[in-house]
Amino acid sequence: MLKKLCLAGSILFCFSVIFPNCQPNPYREGERLYKTHCANCHMEDGAGLHALIPPLAGSDYLKNHRQKLPCLVRYGIKDTIVVNGQVFAEQMPGVATLSEIQIVNILNFVNTSWGNQIEPFRLEETRTLLEKCRH
Amino acid sequence: MKYFAFIVLIITTWAACLTSPEKRTLPILGERDISPGGDTIYRSVPDFSFIDQDSQLVTNATFADKIYVVDFFFIHCPTICPRVKKNGLRLYEKYKNDGRVMLLSHSIDVRNDTVAALHRHAAKLGVDAKKWRLVTGDHDAIYSIADDYFSVAVEDPDSPGGFDHSGRLILVDKNRHVRSFCDGTNAEEVDRFMKDIDLLLEEQFPR
Repeated sequence: MLKKLCLAGSILFCFSVIFPNCQPNPYREGERLYKTHCANCHMEDGAGLHALIPPLAGSDYLKNHRQKLPCLVRYGIKDTIVVNGQVFAEQMPGVATLSEIQIVNILNFVNTSWGNQIEPFRLEETRTLLEKCRH
Repeated sequence: MKYFAFIVLIITTWAACLTSPEKRTLPILGERDISPGGDTIYRSVPDFSFIDQDSQLVTNATFADKIYVVDFFFIHCPTICPRVKKNGLRLYEKYKNDGRVMLLSHSIDVRNDTVAALHRHAAKLGVDAKKWRLVTGDHDAIYSIADDYFSVAVEDPDSPGGFDHSGRLILVDKNRHVRSFCDGTNAEEVDRFMKDIDLLLEEQFPR
Protein backbone atom coordinates (compact mmCIF):
# COMPACT_ATOMS: atom_id res chain seq x y z
CA MET A 1 0.00 0.00 0.00
CA LEU A 2 2.75 2.38 1.05
CA LYS A 3 4.70 1.41 -2.05
CA LYS A 4 1.78 2.24 -4.26
CA LEU A 5 1.33 5.62 -2.60
CA CYS A 6 5.02 6.35 -3.04
CA LEU A 7 4.82 5.39 -6.69
CA ALA A 8 1.76 7.57 -7.28
CA GLY A 9 3.44 10.42 -5.45
CA SER A 10 6.62 10.19 -7.45
CA ILE A 11 4.67 10.00 -10.71
CA LEU A 12 2.78 13.14 -9.74
CA PHE A 13 6.04 14.80 -8.81
CA CYS A 14 7.58 13.89 -12.16
CA PHE A 15 4.59 15.33 -13.98
CA SER A 16 4.80 18.56 -12.07
CA VAL A 17 8.49 18.81 -13.00
CA ILE A 18 7.93 17.96 -16.65
CA PHE A 19 4.86 20.15 -17.11
CA PRO A 20 5.31 23.11 -14.81
CA ASN A 21 3.61 25.38 -17.30
CA CYS A 22 0.48 23.41 -18.04
CA GLN A 23 -1.40 26.54 -17.14
CA PRO A 24 -0.17 29.07 -19.70
CA ASN A 25 -0.56 31.97 -17.37
CA PRO A 26 -0.26 31.47 -13.63
CA TYR A 27 -1.64 34.93 -12.88
CA ARG A 28 -5.20 34.55 -14.12
CA GLU A 29 -6.67 36.89 -11.53
CA GLY A 30 -3.98 39.45 -12.35
CA GLU A 31 -4.84 39.14 -16.03
CA ARG A 32 -8.53 39.70 -15.34
CA LEU A 33 -7.79 42.76 -13.20
CA TYR A 34 -5.34 44.05 -15.79
CA LYS A 35 -8.01 43.87 -18.49
CA THR A 36 -10.47 45.72 -16.29
CA HIS A 37 -8.25 48.45 -14.89
CA CYS A 38 -5.20 48.85 -17.10
CA ALA A 39 -5.74 47.56 -20.63
CA ASN A 40 -7.83 50.51 -21.82
CA CYS A 41 -4.71 52.64 -21.83
CA HIS A 42 -1.75 50.26 -21.72
CA MET A 43 -3.51 47.96 -24.21
CA GLU A 44 -3.98 44.19 -24.08
CA ASP A 45 -0.49 43.66 -25.48
CA GLY A 46 1.15 46.09 -23.02
CA ALA A 47 2.34 48.28 -25.90
CA GLY A 48 1.00 51.61 -24.60
CA LEU A 49 0.31 54.36 -27.13
CA HIS A 50 3.12 56.29 -28.79
CA ALA A 51 4.42 59.11 -26.59
CA LEU A 52 1.14 59.32 -24.68
CA ILE A 53 1.01 56.11 -22.69
CA PRO A 54 4.18 54.23 -21.74
CA PRO A 55 4.57 50.57 -22.69
CA LEU A 56 4.64 47.87 -20.02
CA ALA A 57 5.96 45.22 -22.38
CA GLY A 58 9.74 45.32 -22.21
CA SER A 59 9.65 48.41 -20.01
CA ASP A 60 12.90 49.26 -18.22
CA TYR A 61 10.91 51.35 -15.75
CA LEU A 62 9.40 48.20 -14.22
CA LYS A 63 12.89 46.79 -13.64
CA ASN A 64 14.45 49.99 -12.34
CA HIS A 65 11.65 51.23 -10.08
CA ARG A 66 10.39 48.07 -8.46
CA GLN A 67 9.93 49.83 -5.11
CA LYS A 68 7.51 52.34 -6.60
CA LEU A 69 5.24 49.98 -8.49
CA PRO A 70 2.62 49.07 -5.85
CA CYS A 71 2.07 52.74 -5.00
CA LEU A 72 1.80 53.62 -8.70
CA VAL A 73 -1.00 51.17 -9.21
CA ARG A 74 -2.93 52.39 -6.20
CA TYR A 75 -2.31 56.15 -6.31
CA GLY A 76 -1.38 56.86 -9.92
CA ILE A 77 1.40 59.13 -11.10
CA LYS A 78 1.76 62.86 -11.71
CA ASP A 79 5.49 63.16 -12.40
CA THR A 80 7.20 62.98 -15.72
CA ILE A 81 8.85 59.61 -16.16
CA VAL A 82 11.26 58.12 -18.68
CA VAL A 83 10.55 54.67 -20.09
CA ASN A 84 12.99 53.08 -22.52
CA GLY A 85 14.47 56.50 -23.23
CA GLN A 86 11.12 58.14 -24.03
CA VAL A 87 9.69 60.90 -21.82
CA PHE A 88 6.08 60.49 -20.65
CA ALA A 89 4.38 63.46 -19.02
CA GLU A 90 0.71 62.48 -18.87
CA GLN A 91 -0.92 61.78 -15.53
CA MET A 92 -1.99 58.26 -14.71
CA PRO A 93 -4.98 57.83 -12.44
CA GLY A 94 -4.55 55.24 -9.70
CA VAL A 95 -7.09 52.60 -8.77
CA ALA A 96 -7.70 53.29 -5.11
CA THR A 97 -10.20 50.46 -4.70
CA LEU A 98 -7.69 47.66 -5.32
CA SER A 99 -6.75 45.52 -2.36
CA GLU A 100 -3.15 44.61 -1.57
CA ILE A 101 -3.53 41.13 -2.95
CA GLN A 102 -5.13 42.46 -6.14
CA ILE A 103 -2.18 44.81 -6.63
CA VAL A 104 0.18 41.85 -6.17
CA ASN A 105 -1.75 39.90 -8.78
CA ILE A 106 -1.73 42.73 -11.32
CA LEU A 107 1.98 43.41 -10.84
CA ASN A 108 2.88 39.76 -11.15
CA PHE A 109 0.81 39.41 -14.30
CA VAL A 110 2.47 42.46 -15.86
CA ASN A 111 5.93 41.46 -14.69
CA THR A 112 5.70 38.03 -16.31
CA SER A 113 3.81 38.92 -19.51
CA TRP A 114 4.98 39.93 -22.97
CA GLY A 115 8.49 38.73 -22.31
CA ASN A 116 8.85 40.59 -19.01
CA GLN A 117 10.81 38.61 -16.45
CA ILE A 118 10.72 40.38 -13.14
CA GLU A 119 10.84 38.62 -9.82
CA PRO A 120 7.33 38.18 -8.40
CA PHE A 121 6.02 40.47 -5.70
CA ARG A 122 4.98 38.92 -2.41
CA LEU A 123 2.19 40.20 -0.25
CA GLU A 124 4.49 41.24 2.64
CA GLU A 125 6.80 43.22 0.38
CA THR A 126 3.87 44.91 -1.33
CA ARG A 127 2.24 45.77 1.99
CA THR A 128 5.44 47.36 3.29
CA LEU A 129 5.86 49.39 0.12
CA LEU A 130 2.22 50.52 0.19
CA GLU A 131 2.53 51.68 3.77
CA LYS A 132 5.28 54.07 2.77
CA CYS A 133 3.01 55.91 0.36
CA ARG A 134 -0.23 55.86 2.33
CA HIS A 135 -2.04 59.13 1.61
CA MET B 1 -43.15 13.14 -58.77
CA LYS B 2 -41.60 13.34 -55.39
CA TYR B 3 -38.17 13.30 -56.98
CA PHE B 4 -39.16 15.93 -59.48
CA ALA B 5 -39.85 18.51 -56.78
CA PHE B 6 -36.53 17.62 -55.19
CA ILE B 7 -34.66 18.06 -58.46
CA VAL B 8 -36.35 21.42 -59.09
CA LEU B 9 -35.26 22.54 -55.65
CA ILE B 10 -31.68 21.47 -56.32
CA ILE B 11 -31.60 23.25 -59.68
CA THR B 12 -33.05 26.50 -58.40
CA THR B 13 -30.63 26.53 -55.49
CA TRP B 14 -27.76 25.90 -57.86
CA ALA B 15 -28.98 28.63 -60.23
CA ALA B 16 -29.27 31.06 -57.33
CA CYS B 17 -25.68 30.33 -56.42
CA LEU B 18 -24.52 30.88 -59.99
CA THR B 19 -25.88 34.41 -60.37
CA SER B 20 -23.18 36.71 -59.07
CA PRO B 21 -24.13 38.42 -55.82
CA GLU B 22 -25.13 42.05 -56.10
CA LYS B 23 -22.21 44.28 -55.23
CA ARG B 24 -22.69 45.60 -51.72
CA THR B 25 -23.18 49.34 -51.37
CA LEU B 26 -23.21 51.19 -48.09
CA PRO B 27 -26.59 52.62 -47.11
CA ILE B 28 -27.12 56.31 -46.40
CA LEU B 29 -27.89 56.34 -42.70
CA GLY B 30 -30.55 58.38 -40.93
CA GLU B 31 -34.08 59.54 -41.47
CA ARG B 32 -35.09 60.70 -44.89
CA ASP B 33 -37.73 63.03 -46.29
CA ILE B 34 -39.54 63.20 -49.57
CA SER B 35 -39.49 66.59 -51.25
CA PRO B 36 -42.71 67.97 -52.81
CA GLY B 37 -41.22 67.04 -56.17
CA GLY B 38 -40.92 63.43 -55.07
CA ASP B 39 -37.15 63.33 -54.54
CA THR B 40 -35.71 61.62 -51.52
CA ILE B 41 -33.86 63.99 -49.20
CA TYR B 42 -31.21 62.21 -47.18
CA ARG B 43 -30.03 63.41 -43.85
CA SER B 44 -26.69 65.15 -44.12
CA VAL B 45 -24.04 66.69 -41.91
CA PRO B 46 -24.85 70.39 -41.35
CA ASP B 47 -22.42 73.30 -41.78
CA PHE B 48 -19.73 73.42 -39.12
CA SER B 49 -16.73 75.50 -38.24
CA PHE B 50 -14.08 74.43 -35.72
CA ILE B 51 -10.41 75.13 -34.93
CA ASP B 52 -7.76 72.43 -35.24
CA GLN B 53 -4.47 71.68 -33.44
CA ASP B 54 -2.62 74.18 -35.63
CA SER B 55 -5.20 76.95 -35.10
CA GLN B 56 -6.53 76.39 -38.60
CA LEU B 57 -10.19 76.75 -39.41
CA VAL B 58 -11.86 73.43 -40.16
CA THR B 59 -15.16 73.55 -42.04
CA ASN B 60 -17.08 71.32 -44.41
CA ALA B 61 -14.88 72.76 -47.15
CA THR B 62 -11.85 71.12 -45.50
CA PHE B 63 -13.36 67.78 -46.48
CA ALA B 64 -14.63 68.79 -49.92
CA ASP B 65 -14.27 65.93 -52.35
CA LYS B 66 -12.95 63.66 -49.61
CA ILE B 67 -14.42 61.01 -47.38
CA TYR B 68 -13.64 61.32 -43.68
CA VAL B 69 -13.82 59.46 -40.41
CA VAL B 70 -15.21 61.22 -37.33
CA ASP B 71 -14.91 60.55 -33.63
CA PHE B 72 -15.41 62.31 -30.28
CA PHE B 73 -12.86 62.19 -27.46
CA PHE B 74 -11.12 64.17 -24.75
CA ILE B 75 -7.47 64.17 -23.82
CA HIS B 76 -7.74 63.21 -20.16
CA CYS B 77 -10.14 60.39 -20.88
CA PRO B 78 -9.38 57.53 -18.53
CA THR B 79 -11.55 54.95 -20.27
CA ILE B 80 -12.13 54.13 -23.92
CA CYS B 81 -10.30 56.93 -25.75
CA PRO B 82 -6.83 55.36 -25.93
CA ARG B 83 -8.32 52.26 -27.53
CA VAL B 84 -10.25 54.34 -30.05
CA LYS B 85 -7.11 56.38 -30.76
CA LYS B 86 -5.10 53.22 -31.28
CA ASN B 87 -7.63 52.02 -33.85
CA GLY B 88 -7.76 55.52 -35.33
CA LEU B 89 -4.00 55.25 -35.77
CA ARG B 90 -4.52 52.04 -37.73
CA LEU B 91 -6.76 53.99 -40.12
CA TYR B 92 -4.23 56.81 -40.20
CA GLU B 93 -1.42 54.44 -41.14
CA LYS B 94 -3.49 52.66 -43.77
CA TYR B 95 -4.65 55.84 -45.55
CA LYS B 96 -1.65 58.02 -44.76
CA ASN B 97 -0.75 58.43 -48.41
CA ASP B 98 -4.30 58.40 -49.74
CA GLY B 99 -5.42 62.00 -50.22
CA ARG B 100 -9.07 60.97 -50.52
CA VAL B 101 -9.39 60.04 -46.83
CA MET B 102 -9.14 62.26 -43.73
CA LEU B 103 -9.78 61.94 -40.02
CA LEU B 104 -11.61 64.40 -37.77
CA SER B 105 -11.61 64.09 -33.97
CA HIS B 106 -13.74 66.45 -31.89
CA SER B 107 -12.72 67.18 -28.33
CA ILE B 108 -15.75 67.33 -26.03
CA ASP B 109 -13.71 68.87 -23.21
CA VAL B 110 -13.66 72.45 -24.50
CA ARG B 111 -12.35 73.82 -21.20
CA ASN B 112 -9.14 71.77 -20.99
CA ASP B 113 -8.45 70.72 -24.54
CA THR B 114 -7.20 74.02 -25.87
CA VAL B 115 -5.53 74.37 -29.26
CA ALA B 116 -2.14 74.12 -27.51
CA ALA B 117 -3.21 70.96 -25.68
CA LEU B 118 -4.53 69.44 -28.91
CA HIS B 119 -1.28 70.33 -30.62
CA ARG B 120 0.75 68.53 -27.95
CA HIS B 121 -1.60 65.57 -28.10
CA ALA B 122 -1.29 65.27 -31.88
CA ALA B 123 2.48 65.53 -31.64
CA LYS B 124 2.56 62.71 -29.10
CA LEU B 125 0.41 60.59 -31.36
CA GLY B 126 2.80 61.43 -34.17
CA VAL B 127 0.06 62.46 -36.60
CA ASP B 128 0.10 65.00 -39.40
CA ALA B 129 -2.46 67.81 -39.08
CA LYS B 130 -3.16 67.74 -42.78
CA LYS B 131 -4.46 64.21 -42.43
CA TRP B 132 -5.94 64.12 -38.95
CA ARG B 133 -7.67 67.20 -37.60
CA LEU B 134 -8.15 67.36 -33.83
CA VAL B 135 -10.66 70.14 -33.28
CA THR B 136 -12.17 72.23 -30.56
CA GLY B 137 -14.74 74.99 -30.81
CA ASP B 138 -18.03 76.24 -29.48
CA HIS B 139 -19.29 73.90 -26.76
CA ASP B 140 -22.86 73.66 -28.04
CA ALA B 141 -21.79 73.32 -31.66
CA ILE B 142 -19.63 70.29 -30.80
CA TYR B 143 -22.27 68.61 -28.65
CA SER B 144 -24.96 69.16 -31.24
CA ILE B 145 -22.91 67.92 -34.18
CA ALA B 146 -22.35 64.68 -32.27
CA ASP B 147 -26.08 64.06 -32.79
CA ASP B 148 -25.74 64.72 -36.49
CA TYR B 149 -23.07 62.03 -36.69
CA PHE B 150 -25.29 59.67 -34.63
CA SER B 151 -22.70 59.70 -31.88
CA VAL B 152 -23.13 60.44 -28.19
CA ALA B 153 -21.46 63.19 -26.20
CA VAL B 154 -22.79 64.21 -22.79
CA GLU B 155 -21.26 66.00 -19.84
CA ASP B 156 -21.76 63.74 -16.86
CA PRO B 157 -19.99 64.35 -13.55
CA ASP B 158 -20.60 60.72 -12.57
CA SER B 159 -18.72 59.30 -15.55
CA PRO B 160 -14.99 58.67 -15.33
CA GLY B 161 -13.27 61.89 -16.39
CA GLY B 162 -16.55 63.84 -16.34
CA PHE B 163 -17.87 63.00 -19.79
CA ASP B 164 -19.95 60.24 -21.24
CA HIS B 165 -19.45 59.55 -24.90
CA SER B 166 -19.46 56.75 -27.40
CA GLY B 167 -16.28 55.39 -28.92
CA ARG B 168 -17.80 55.28 -32.36
CA LEU B 169 -15.89 55.88 -35.56
CA ILE B 170 -18.21 57.34 -38.18
CA LEU B 171 -17.67 57.31 -41.93
CA VAL B 172 -18.90 60.33 -43.94
CA ASP B 173 -18.98 60.41 -47.72
CA LYS B 174 -18.15 63.36 -49.94
CA ASN B 175 -21.82 64.34 -50.13
CA ARG B 176 -21.95 64.84 -46.33
CA HIS B 177 -23.87 61.62 -45.77
CA VAL B 178 -23.08 59.23 -42.93
CA ARG B 179 -22.50 55.85 -44.52
CA SER B 180 -21.09 53.55 -41.85
CA PHE B 181 -19.90 53.42 -38.27
CA CYS B 182 -18.24 51.04 -35.85
CA ASP B 183 -17.26 50.63 -32.24
CA GLY B 184 -13.81 52.20 -32.25
CA THR B 185 -12.72 50.21 -29.20
CA ASN B 186 -13.15 46.91 -31.00
CA ALA B 187 -10.30 45.95 -33.35
CA GLU B 188 -12.41 43.42 -35.29
CA GLU B 189 -15.19 45.92 -35.89
CA VAL B 190 -12.57 48.33 -37.14
CA ASP B 191 -11.35 45.66 -39.60
CA ARG B 192 -14.87 45.51 -40.99
CA PHE B 193 -15.07 49.31 -40.99
CA MET B 194 -11.90 49.52 -43.10
CA LYS B 195 -13.60 47.35 -45.71
CA ASP B 196 -16.50 49.81 -45.70
CA ILE B 197 -14.05 52.66 -46.28
CA ASP B 198 -12.58 50.81 -49.27
CA LEU B 199 -16.07 50.13 -50.61
CA LEU B 200 -16.98 53.81 -50.33
CA LEU B 201 -13.75 54.81 -52.06
CA GLU B 202 -14.64 52.53 -54.96
CA GLU B 203 -18.13 53.97 -55.14
CA GLN B 204 -17.19 57.63 -54.93
CA PHE B 205 -13.91 57.63 -56.80
CA PRO B 206 -14.52 55.25 -59.72
CA ARG B 207 -11.45 54.64 -61.81
